[in-house]
Amino acid sequence: MAIELVSGNEACARGAIAAGCNFFGGYPISPSSEIAETLAKLLPERQGIFIQMEDEMASVGSVLGASLGGAKAMTATSGPGFTLMQEHLGYATLAEIPCVVVDVMRVGPSTGVPTAPSQGDVMQARWGSHGDREVAVLAPASVKEIYDMTVNAFNIAERLRTPVVLMFDEVLAHMREGVELFQPSVEELWSRPRPVDHPSSTFQPYSPNSEGVALMPNFGDGYHFHVTGLMHNEKGFPTTHPETIRQLMARLKRKMEPLPLWLPAEHYRLKDAEVAVVAYGITARVAKEAVDRLRDQGILAGVYRPRILWPVGRSDLIETLGKFQSIVVAEMNQGQWVEVVERYLPNSVRVLLQSKLGGEPMTTEEILDGCREFVKKGVRAL
Amino acid sequence: MNPGKELLRQEMMPHILCPGCGHGIVLNTLVRVLATRFSSMDQVALVAGIGCSSRIVGYIDAYTLHTTHGRALSFATGLKLSRPELTVIVITGDGDGLGIGGNHLIHAARRNLDLTCILFNNETYGMTGGQLAPTTVPHAFTTTTPYGNKEPSFDAAALLKACGATFVARGQAYRPDLLEELLNRAIAHRGFSFVDVMTDCTEYFGRKNALGGGSDLLFSQTRADEEIARDLDEWPRLRHPDGFPLREILPMGVLHEVSRPTLEEMMGLAGYEAREE
Repeated sequence: MAIELVSGNEACARGAIAAGCNFFGGYPISPSSEIAETLAKLLPERQGIFIQMEDEMASVGSVLGASLGGAKAMTATSGPGFTLMQEHLGYATLAEIPCVVVDVMRVGPSTGVPTAPSQGDVMQARWGSHGDREVAVLAPASVKEIYDMTVNAFNIAERLRTPVVLMFDEVLAHMREGVELFQPSVEELWSRPRPVDHPSSTFQPYSPNSEGVALMPNFGDGYHFHVTGLMHNEKGFPTTHPETIRQLMARLKRKMEPLPLWLPAEHYRLKDAEVAVVAYGITARVAKEAVDRLRDQGILAGVYRPRILWPVGRSDLIETLGKFQSIVVAEMNQGQWVEVVERYLPNSVRVLLQSKLGGEPMTTEEILDGCREFVKKGVRAL
Repeated sequence: MNPGKELLRQEMMPHILCPGCGHGIVLNTLVRVLATRFSSMDQVALVAGIGCSSRIVGYIDAYTLHTTHGRALSFATGLKLSRPELTVIVITGDGDGLGIGGNHLIHAARRNLDLTCILFNNETYGMTGGQLAPTTVPHAFTTTTPYGNKEPSFDAAALLKACGATFVARGQAYRPDLLEELLNRAIAHRGFSFVDVMTDCTEYFGRKNALGGGSDLLFSQTRADEEIARDLDEWPRLRHPDGFPLREILPMGVLHEVSRPTLEEMMGLAGYEAREE
């Protein structure tokens, strides 16, 4: 397969097509618009549907409606639009409707800087919708990985019947890289669990299988069922029964547990490292260069790069980083994923936040500064 | 036997509607229309937002989708585009459809996707306790207009016509026979059809404005601007000093009907022609 020069946004759109996406409902916003523009061209050529909706609430609404009709559906947006989508993300979690939402992060809060990068939506992706919910958030770090992880996002959404958020920043969105865009095989594409029996009145749309996921027929396939954002029983009908609600909430959380194993964190030169840099997305690429330079100077450094930000791969995080005395968490915000690192690692680990704001990507030099803090103080790993 | 009774989900009963509420009449009319129009519910999806009106989709044994506040039309848009052969009926209320969901309503009308939208218009937010709605008539009392409503109200039918809906009608809970005909024609229509259904909220709108019980409210739908507030001594301060019509004279029936290509036709969607009328 030939190497193509594509931007992150184009790679995302191409990845969606490769994953079998056949519905996109969106609303223009920088710096994500090229995803919509690319799919506006690609989808109709493939009997797919592209529709530009009137706002971001409607974008996700149309995506969820299409998904219930059996489509593999997605939308793409950026910070302000992602905020407007939060209610429907919560709805998709509770009603268990597969969908993919791409958030290309720009500088916020508010309108911020529309075409400059940040990593400021990490906590919004986790807690943006009201009520408790487990979320799936993927963070690719290259154009190639945006393509691959868009496919992953559809796979996860379909298999677990959940919304999946793919988040990267403006630099990755607009950066062009030469990549080979492999078409995944049929076996590599997952679809939602579907009922095989004939439709009957005893069908329970929210009765889970062994993975904690219920079978999902399409609207139009003869299974009459009810979908609601109210707490519901296994028949899908509203309930206020506390024990039913507790069981439903526990199942929705439990079914997401295998996620970190499907997309494990990357360990870069960590084996013998004395200083670890934790970074994701575009910042992780800078962190790798910083680590290479430190090693040239004789300082043993490595990078821990989560590819899935939520749910947190706790056991790998603790096992890998728990032995360090010094960890630098580099992110383009005022400190969001650093709270995860601080929460799960023992007190013996000293965690330093290297934050970058202002709309420019993190530089190698800035990460080196963070690492030198520890080196200067003579802090070494065990 | 009432045709349509078999379409009701018995396990969802009793319903949540208050005594005297007009919504039950509209639900009854709708299931009668569905039962006579369609051989089965296998090709019918009902999509609703949030509010008293929107709860009724759960009572009908079809593909039923109870969405978020105001956004039913956006879900219906995605569903209809992905399954053009389905008949998709959207149930909304005046607060749901014209307040929080107004943007979706005007754009759905403009697109002329082949949907039927039935708006239960009770002039108030019933489920949250009787607050001001965009359809509340001027001077009327609600829990958030204790000094009377200072704002003009929407004429939903006129609005939808202006937005490009290709079928616009208005009916009343008072006349289920005419409503049945309107719903039938709306569902048969190819393109975005809209039916504004006047149905009263006894518990909040009726009580706050001393309009009497459910039957009084039903009859009031025929009385236009006649003074209908009773027992004014009981609620003397709630009355506007000059008196005011709590019922505006609204045109009923099919108000607008034109033919123009649907979005499905414009997009050339496969399967659309198969929609059962």
